[in-house]
Amino acid sequence: MKNRRQFLKTAATGAAILSSRRAGLAGMLAQHAEIGKSRVVVARDAALHGTGSQPDEKRVLDLLDRAMAAYTGREKPVEAWRRMVPPDILKDKVIGLKVNGLGGRGISTHAVLVLGICERLQQAGVAAGNIVVWERDARSLEVCGLTVNTDSKRVRCFGNDVAGYEDEQVQCGPVRIRLAKILTRECAMVINLPILKDHDQAGMTFSMKNMYGAVDRPYLLHPNNCNPGVADLNCIRAIREKVTLTIGDAMSSVYQGGPMFRPEYLWYPNAIIVGEDRVAVDRTAWQMLDGERVKSGLPTLEAAGRTPRYIETAADATHKLGVNDPQRIRLIEV
Amino acid sequence: MLRTGRWMLALAVLAIAGAAVCTGCRKTKVDVFPASGAVAGWEKTSDTRTFAAKDLWQYIDGDAEQYISAGVVSTATSDYKYQGQLEAVVDVYTMGDSAGAIKILEKGQTKDAKSVQLGDAGIAYAQSVTFRKGPYLVRIVAYESTSDGPQALVALAHGVEAKL
Repeated sequence: MKNRRQFLKTAATGAAILSSRRAGLAGMLAQHAEIGKSRVVVARDAALHGTGSQPDEKRVLDLLDRAMAAYTGREKPVEAWRRMVPPDILKDKVIGLKVNGLGGRGISTHAVLVLGICERLQQAGVAAGNIVVWERDARSLEVCGLTVNTDSKRVRCFGNDVAGYEDEQVQCGPVRIRLAKILTRECAMVINLPILKDHDQAGMTFSMKNMYGAVDRPYLLHPNNCNPGVADLNCIRAIREKVTLTIGDAMSSVYQGGPMFRPEYLWYPNAIIVGEDRVAVDRTAWQMLDGERVKSGLPTLEAAGRTPRYIETAADATHKLGVNDPQRIRLIEV
Repeated sequence: MLRTGRWMLALAVLAIAGAAVCTGCRKTKVDVFPASGAVAGWEKTSDTRTFAAKDLWQYIDGDAEQYISAGVVSTATSDYKYQGQLEAVVDVYTMGDSAGAIKILEKGQTKDAKSVQLGDAGIAYAQSVTFRKGPYLVRIVAYESTSDGPQALVALAHGVEAKL
């Protein structure tokens, strides 16, 4: 295992190449091609939960800082965040934080992580009112431990039930859906904050699948184990271009019986997963989930007939959303 | 005069019959959720929400399909709290028939499930209890693990069972 100095040096090399990262997806993919690999950081803290079921607030912030430092090569949190958020967006544009509260209490994006990111964004220069924490509806936010707020003097927090969906439908593979206005009109950039879960339909849900919360009728995208539904959805321009960073919550998870809360399958990976390549992030998360399944005596998702094939589809020549080949993913574990 | 009286009598009979039918309608939507205090220590902390099969995705998107394929008709859910601390959710799935309830219960069962005497069949884990009774499938899940949780969950499950 690398020591802290070594991994910061490694991360800094990639970060220098990524300094012009806001060139859009094409630029991002070009950078991937240049360095040959997509980077994914998995930051862990075995003592994150202590003896309780809720993670320790300070340790979560420390873990977030460690993950961002490893990803950006910048040890100071403010510098790390300024590296990830383009200057024009830092200045006066809205950043959305897409959380996941679908599974209900117990298996939703942890509020402590969301609040930590809000704090760091503000320290980096983002106005509180230019941060929107966002999910499908008020209940989905409340189960995360968040309170709905539309006052623009503070960090805002509301769902699609408040902002609504576009009237115009867009084509998503064979179906037509309507996109959330928070995504299309409010946000210039979205940071994706999914929670890692087993998923009865998709096999696994994490980064790309979390975008189901950005459409009016997500069930239309469920057939055939959400394949190619997940990949098609992430190809929609607003999602492809605005959702540029995943800071995935893998502090707690369910490795079977998801996507709802199933305490008998609860698992504490005590991790945060960071990456800009949503496919590589999902591939990494899938491997973690399968590892826990095997450890618990369950078959892998593939052996269980629930391979998350949408990950491979997302990386194919039609979708080109990122890298699925483990050999082309630089996994940085800290 | 006599004819008018007969008509009025007929109308009265129809009115009584209509009222009886409506009462019957209401009985099919009987509230299966124990009120606060009905089960010792348990408080009902939210309104009951009900979802028809076609709307189940709004509650359990991604999980709804397995219930739909098993013939779910409707789902009702409510939150509870035990002794002001332990929070739990009660989900009552009304399936088309008992076969649907059997299918879902068996799918969710693992080898470490503990069998409990509830309804037609029931299983329990440290933080959850699931049982079926006729076309009903009931799942109660606690959000924390506490020493008295398992016993409290079974007690609440008996409270629900008694109302089915």
